[in-house]
Formats: sequence, structure tokens, C-alpha cells
Amino acid sequence: MLPYGDRALLVEVADLAAVAAVRGALERAPLPGQRDVVPAARTVLVVLDRRPTDLDVAALRRLDAPPPAADEATRTVELPVVFDGPDLAEVAALVGRSVPALVAALTTLELTVAFGGFAPGFGYLTGLPEDLHVPRRATPRTRVPAGAVGLAGEFAGAYPRESPGGWQLVGRTDAVLFDVDRDPPALLAPGSRVRFREVG
Amino acid sequence: MLTVLACGPLATVQDRGRHGWASIGVTTSGAADRSAADLANRLVGNDPAAAVLEATAGGLRVRAERTLLVALTGAPAAARVDGRAAPFNAPLTLAAGQVLELGMPPVGLRTYLAVRGGVGVPAVLGSRSTDTLSGLGPAPLRAGDRLPVGTLAAAEPNVDVAPVRPPSTRPVLQVLPGPRHDWFEPAAWTALTTQEWTVTPDSNRVGLRLSGPRLTRARADELPSEGLVPGAMQVPPDGAPVLFLTDHPVTGGYPVLAVVASADLSAAAQLRPGDLVTFRPAR
Repeated sequence: MLPYGDRALLVEVADLAAVAAVRGALERAPLPGQRDVVPAARTVLVVLDRRPTDLDVAALRRLDAPPPAADEATRTVELPVVFDGPDLAEVAALVGRSVPALVAALTTLELTVAFGGFAPGFGYLTGLPEDLHVPRRATPRTRVPAGAVGLAGEFAGAYPRESPGGWQLVGRTDAVLFDVDRDPPALLAPGSRVRFREVG
Repeated sequence: MLTVLACGPLATVQDRGRHGWASIGVTTSGAADRSAADLANRLVGNDPAAAVLEATAGGLRVRAERTLLVALTGAPAAARVDGRAAPFNAPLTLAAGQVLELGMPPVGLRTYLAVRGGVGVPAVLGSRSTDTLSGLGPAPLRAGDRLPVGTLAAAEPNVDVAPVRPPSTRPVLQVLPGPRHDWFEPAAWTALTTQEWTVTPDSNRVGLRLSGPRLTRARADELPSEGLVPGAMQVPPDGAPVLFLTDHPVTGGYPVLAVVASADLSAAAQLRPGDLVTFRPAR
């Protein structure tokens, strides 16, 4: 537990499962005056509208031991993906598979949105087996189109809108990833389960 | 209705921001100098949630299309109504057709204009603020924009003038040790809290870039990205700190050495390129 200025606390945890547990617990039972919860790779930031107290620290400490999060209501999002990304062949070579075998592997996985943060509606998807981990591109692209589906390290993700980016692009989706007039606005919110479905 | 005739370098609609969306990558945004925006709303008797205009480095010119009660706060730009000097930090009635014009503020950067009822542009995710980082909310103002006036007025205002000190060009901001202060040499904290820092030109609503002594890290490993707050002072590998303001990204991948006390964020938001700032450990 790390103090973070006079309006927030930063909970440090061991892994993404614990991040999900702490986030889920704080969404179900917010602290008094809780304004925002920001899950990340190894931390959960809790922003309050007041100065944190020892009571908050104690409450968050109790969350440190992740409770069984099985009852968390999860939704599964199926993302239609055209696997024609500019890096598809290179990724296949990196992981030692043919392109069809790589696509087959990617479309059988159940992924989970671990956290967001890069842009509104961007979700860092976990659940890639280690043999599908590929490094970022040595030189990031200055322009990645909206809908691009990419891989980087232990993560997969889809770009909600055009932006620069260094992920290896394997495909594209026409799913609307972020829409301020939709409830919820983000298709891929932390905790959501995600499957890629190949479309022609 | 308020018609925008000129907007200076950047003028936006702002309120108290978007809360509760950080986990899907949406930052809070909102008025950079919250105290000044809140005061402007109080002076015209608005609900604190009402949206105001934030003018950066003056240059805003608006015409009232009907009688409007307005107030100016923040950076004390010389204000004129149809060419005559207008009061600051006080309610002011504009008759239909009158033009309010802001000069360049002698100190400070951001001037707020509240209108009784609030600026009534549509809300996006619960806020009318322009988020300059992600492009959410209304686009920055452009000459020719016609802004509706909303209905977020509360009781009639009963304050003639608010005694407010103008922003300082050499403020002293209180800082608390950040969550990763132990990633730095002890000399980094000493340098941060004893030396003078200069605000550089590549500063904006996202953050202030500061130049001063190089802040040296004690550990070179990579920090997994983690949440940010306004006031967080993140130190990239070049050793020059970024003090995040209201449009900060929701997460960052460099260690945060210090966090400016929330009470001093308004003063930070009034700093402009070339200003000097010092940091003192909060008591």
C-alpha cells in the first residue's frame, strides 16, 4: 500500500489475478468518497474525493488477499477479426507456426481484459499462452488504424481509434470499441472476457 | 446564447470533469484551475457543476445575445465590455449585443468566464469538459461558435466582489513524496525541493514540463504502467520532470517522485512558460 498524494492510495499486488480481485471488490463495495479505480499491471490506484485515512488503508489491506472472484458477473465479447494484419506473417514466423495455425490458436483462446489506460476504450487483453508472446516492433508505427488488432508481450489488444503504436498487427475488427453514447461506452472493460472470431 | 468572436490560443468549455471512467481509459479533465472556475460559478450563483469557459493566455472575445450575468476569475486579463474596463472577480451584467473582450493576462495563464445558468453544450460521459488529450467533449472553441446558456443556476448571487490574490509568477507548491520516490537517489528529492524549476514551452493542460537539475534514478528497471493523479510528478529517462495537470493520461510508465498537494494544483495550473516554481515538502 503506497500513499499517492493527498487524494489517493496505490495498492500493490502480485499479479493480474490480484489486480482483478481488488478492482472487483472496490467496484462492488466502494470506499466512502471513492471517485475512480485505475487497475494496471501490478497495481490498483484508488482515487478519493478526500484525504485517505488509516481506515481506508486497513480496508484495502483486507483486499490484499484476493477473495475468490468467481461470482463476478462477466460478459463475453466476441470480436469479429479479419486476420490480414501487416505483421501477421512475421508474428507467425516468430512463434514458429504457419499463418493458419496462428489464426487457429488466436481464435480458440479466451482472453480477459486486465486493464485499460492507453486510450479511451483500449483494453489490455491477457490469456495469451507464453509461446504466443512476441516483442513489440522495434520501431513503432506513427499511424495504426482504428480497429487494428495487435499483440505485444503478454498482451493482445484492439485500437479504438487511429493512433501511433508499436504492437505487432495481426488483424482488424470493425467492432465499435468505444462509443460515448452507448452504455457501457467501452466494449472491452476490465473483467470482460474476449474471443476473436475469424471473419473473411 | 453567447457568440464566440475570437478565442486566443486556446479556449475550451470546462466543468468539474468526468469521474469514474478512468478504468476504461478516460481521464478526469475539467477546469485546470478548479478554484478559479468554482469561484466564477459562485459569483453568478451557479450550481458548482455548471460549465464555464477557460481562456488560455487571453484573447477571448464573446458577444451576449441576450442579457447575461457573467463573472471573470483566474488569470487577471484586462477585460473590456464594448471597450470599457470591466471588473474581475465580480458579477457583471452584459446587455444583449455587448461584447466582452479579454487581453493578455499580466500574470497567470487561464482566465475563467462563468455565465449564469452555465454553458449549456451537451455533456459527454457526464461532463461538458473538453479533454485535450483524448478529444472527448466539445471541440475547442472557434470563432463563430454559438454557445447555449444552460439552466444550472441556483440562488441569486449575493457577492459583489471576491477578494482573491492574483496568481503568483513564482509560486511555492507543497509536495508529498510520490509512490516511487524510492526509485530515485536521495539527492533527487533534495534537488526537487530546494532548487528553482522553470516551466518550459511544451506545457499544456496535460502537464507542465519543468527544467532544472537532472533528477537521478537509483534503479534503472522498467516500471509497469500504473495509475496517475493530477499533481503527480513523473520523471522520464531524461531526468526532467513532468507535473501532470487535469488532462493527464490515466496511467504512466515512469516513476512518480512526488505529488503536488491538491490544494496547490490551481496555482500549478496558472504557471506559464518561463515562470519559476519551487517545491517544498508538505507539512
